[in-house]
Amino acid sequence: MNLNLTILGQAISFAIFVWFCMKYVWPPVMAAMQARQKKIADGLDAASRAQRDLELAKEQAGKQLREGKEQAALILEQANKRANQIVDEAKENARSEGARLLAAAQAEIEQEVNRAKEELRAQVSTLALKGAEQVLNASIDEKAHAELVEKLAAEL
Amino acid sequence: MAGANPTPSEYIQHHLTNLTFGMHPENGLSFAHGAKEASEMGFWAIHVDTLGWSLFLGFIFIFLFRKAAKSVTEGVPGGLQNFVEILVEFVDKNVKDSFHGNSKLIAPLALTIFCWIFLMNLMDLVPVDFVPTLFMMAGVDYMKIVPTTDVNATLGMSLSVFFLIIFYSIKIKGVGGFVGELTLQPFGKKLIPFNFVLEGIGLIAKPISLALRLFGNLYAGELIFILIAIMPFWIQWALSVPWAIFHILVITLQAFIFMMLTIVYLSMACEDH
Repeated sequence: MNLNLTILGQAISFAIFVWFCMKYVWPPVMAAMQARQKKIADGLDAASRAQRDLELAKEQAGKQLREGKEQAALILEQANKRANQIVDEAKENARSEGARLLAAAQAEIEQEVNRAKEELRAQVSTLALKGAEQVLNASIDEKAHAELVEKLAAEL
Repeated sequence: MAGANPTPSEYIQHHLTNLTFGMHPENGLSFAHGAKEASEMGFWAIHVDTLGWSLFLGFIFIFLFRKAAKSVTEGVPGGLQNFVEILVEFVDKNVKDSFHGNSKLIAPLALTIFCWIFLMNLMDLVPVDFVPTLFMMAGVDYMKIVPTTDVNATLGMSLSVFFLIIFYSIKIKGVGGFVGELTLQPFGKKLIPFNFVLEGIGLIAKPISLALRLFGNLYAGELIFILIAIMPFWIQWALSVPWAIFHILVITLQAFIFMMLTIVYLSMACEDH
């Protein structure tokens, strides 16, 4: 066997066949492979995105929990403070009320004492007058000696 | 026979002759010059081209898949990895659908069968004169580049499958179970010889049909390419191109059929009745 035109015919056929494959066989195969690649890439993307979202959500939840705890502590502290305040206020009130009552009682006592003194003074003046009347055995002009008696009573 | 102007029958004869190496009764250990000498060598000869090309294509398969496997990433696969993954997924899906036993061998076996036969069949699309002419220039007279057009190659593969069938039958069912399967069906104990003939033929038919189907399809396809090649050169493309396009389907389908039938046969061997 030697080289002849047969090989040229086969070369032509082969060229056409290769062209056909390039045009109609290769592209669909490549398209299918690329579609698969894209699907995988998308899937991996979605997975990593979900992972990130999850981490973010976890972080958020932790933050909120922490904030909540802080807030609760704050409220508790405030309540404690307020309670102390109320107790203090009540104590203060009680103390001042006591003082007021004490003062009032003292004032009343003083008043009573004064009144008693006054009464006593009046009675003493009367007594003194009577005593003097009896001592002098004479009637004394009340009007003439009133001033003297008043002075005496005031000295008591 | 490589005359200056071979007749069509000589041309066809030449293209259907393997490069045979063996013990010739007269020439001793040598390459055969022509089909006559090759047949005179008898059984103890090898088709160097069939062996060489099938080994070469097998190594291409191993090399490509090994390369893809070594650089495998968990992220978005690149071109080669993507291609290999598609093939592996495809084979794995078919194995899972058809084979219900538990074996680590079946899926790799199916993948190898599919890819290897596909590559060997693919050589059919290379124009029939290209490679033989190159080898002719190098001084090698005969070169058949499509191993699956050699019945030795297809029968060799189907015999491997056959031994696996027997191995799994015995492994799963035991020797007694396997012998029972061969002798006690379908007619019960009274007709054991008859049963044995029936089931034996059924068993032997598996590798034979597996080999001859692949060989027949590819041999016929190759023969038609050769027939087209003896037509006037300016008209060859009109027949050769459609036949080649059709052959894209045939070579894929034949590789797929061989793989599927292997899976099915082994699945049957593993099923306990």
